[in-house]
Amino acid sequence: MSDQPILEVKDVTKTFGGILALNRVSFHVNEGEILGIIGPNGSGKTTLINCITAFIKMTSGKVFFRGKDISRKPAHKIADMGLTRTFQIMRPYYSLPAYKNLVIPLFSPRAKRTGGWRGGGKLGDRNTVGIDILEEIGFERDSFVPYKMASTLPTGYLKRLELARCLALKPEIILCDEVFSGLSMSEIASMVPLIERLQMDGIALVMIEHRLRELFRVANRVMVLNFGEKLIEGTADEVMASKKVKEAYFGSEEVEEVMSYA
Amino acid sequence: MYWQRVISIVCIYALLAVSFDLLAHFVGLVSLGGALFIGVGGYLSAIMNTSFGFPPLLAIPIATIAGAGICTLLLLPCLPLRGVYFAIVSLMYPLAMCRVIEALDILGGTDGIMGVDSFPNRWVEQYFVILMVLLFLFGVRRLVNLDLGLVLRAVKDNDQAVRASGMSITFYKAVAVFISSAMGCLGGACLVHIYMWSGMSLFALDFSILPIAATVIGGAGTIVGPVLGCLILVPVSELLREFGTLRIVFYSVILVAFIVFRSEGIMVYGQRKYHQIERWVKV
Repeated sequence: MSDQPILEVKDVTKTFGGILALNRVSFHVNEGEILGIIGPNGSGKTTLINCITAFIKMTSGKVFFRGKDISRKPAHKIADMGLTRTFQIMRPYYSLPAYKNLVIPLFSPRAKRTGGWRGGGKLGDRNTVGIDILEEIGFERDSFVPYKMASTLPTGYLKRLELARCLALKPEIILCDEVFSGLSMSEIASMVPLIERLQMDGIALVMIEHRLRELFRVANRVMVLNFGEKLIEGTADEVMASKKVKEAYFGSEEVEEVMSYA
Repeated sequence: MYWQRVISIVCIYALLAVSFDLLAHFVGLVSLGGALFIGVGGYLSAIMNTSFGFPPLLAIPIATIAGAGICTLLLLPCLPLRGVYFAIVSLMYPLAMCRVIEALDILGGTDGIMGVDSFPNRWVEQYFVILMVLLFLFGVRRLVNLDLGLVLRAVKDNDQAVRASGMSITFYKAVAVFISSAMGCLGGACLVHIYMWSGMSLFALDFSILPIAATVIGGAGTIVGPVLGCLILVPVSELLREFGTLRIVFYSVILVAFIVFRSEGIMVYGQRKYHQIERWVKV
């Protein structure tokens, strides 16, 4: 493992009008590491991912991916470099069957480069690869599920489809925006080994989560955001022990006072 | 002879309608640029023929490709726009072109370019356009089921996810605009050689509006539907010529009736009935 972090975020700031959504947030992700990001609602977690992947423009700050400055690159170029993301509100192609959803990322320049095959017009190729990826991510190959329209799939499968779309690009790092939310306990239980396997495959992950128990099981480090500011960063135990985090989640007189001014 | 000419016009509108259907229902760009495509293709072919002396069957393919390139370049800045905004910009171009030609008195000004060669003979004139419609009809049907077509449909469905997949949506939109403006330019180039004249009326709004009406009548998103719609609409509008100025009134009544009673379009309705009958037969 090299010393250089795979993803380095420096002083990212984002304002919406006068509202400071992110205030000089910095962190880094090492090779093959899982970083959890937690924080109360509205603390800027999703905005942070949107800023890193250029889905919204950050006001100031810099993002380095493998030492390269990507803070001014368009979103599709960033994805092309191997920094992929999932969406909290799933964005499948509803009018296509599940496995055809993967034909689209497999058609991308990055998939053509990394896939080792030229993708030259043979229809069978991308469909087969798509179904392979779906099986890997937990769609039963012999069932009808991969062939169902995305609009008829339940949330659990749509979340998996989001991950599958990233995997089709052979990513180096995936920014997961709440992959566990909206899932039942048993669905989460089947997702956790999946996440662990992705890490074993050498993919670094940044996970935004509200399901703390599952997150702490997989995450190497955890970062806490509150009101767009980084509160603390450390191992799960360190974070749980921190007084500041408890204040952020459960409130204290001090915090309530701040809120009443705001 | 008269009805043969009408068939040619039907075919040209059919090309436009297929191009509209492709853009609107498979890529999500509602384009009112039919008149732009026809005008650019027509003028290019006319210039190629009169100034450089290319025969029609050489001028038409060149005008198709070059025209598609020009239209794509013109529409490139507004590709990030969506929905009605793109429609407005694409509607503005033919209007602007018309005024530019009128004001600067270029390309023959208000008189247009005369003395354009016709097709070698009547049979070529008749069947070339029909063949082209069939070619593009089946070509587009095939395209939307290819992987490239899936990407285009994905752009309509969910462009953010396409960006997250590492693909530039503007590029794929430009590809789609190129394909559909090629169809429009081909129609325009053929029209010029059928009329043996190229003028400002090529930028008339008929070319933008009628394909939409045909798509509504024929069935949106079916590709074949718009062609059927043209086959109905254009002859009907010719038949109604006897009524003189009342033509437009009858025309509107027919359109309204279609939209109210068969808003899904003939093709979709037909497909559904066909499946019902098939099932019925089985039972």
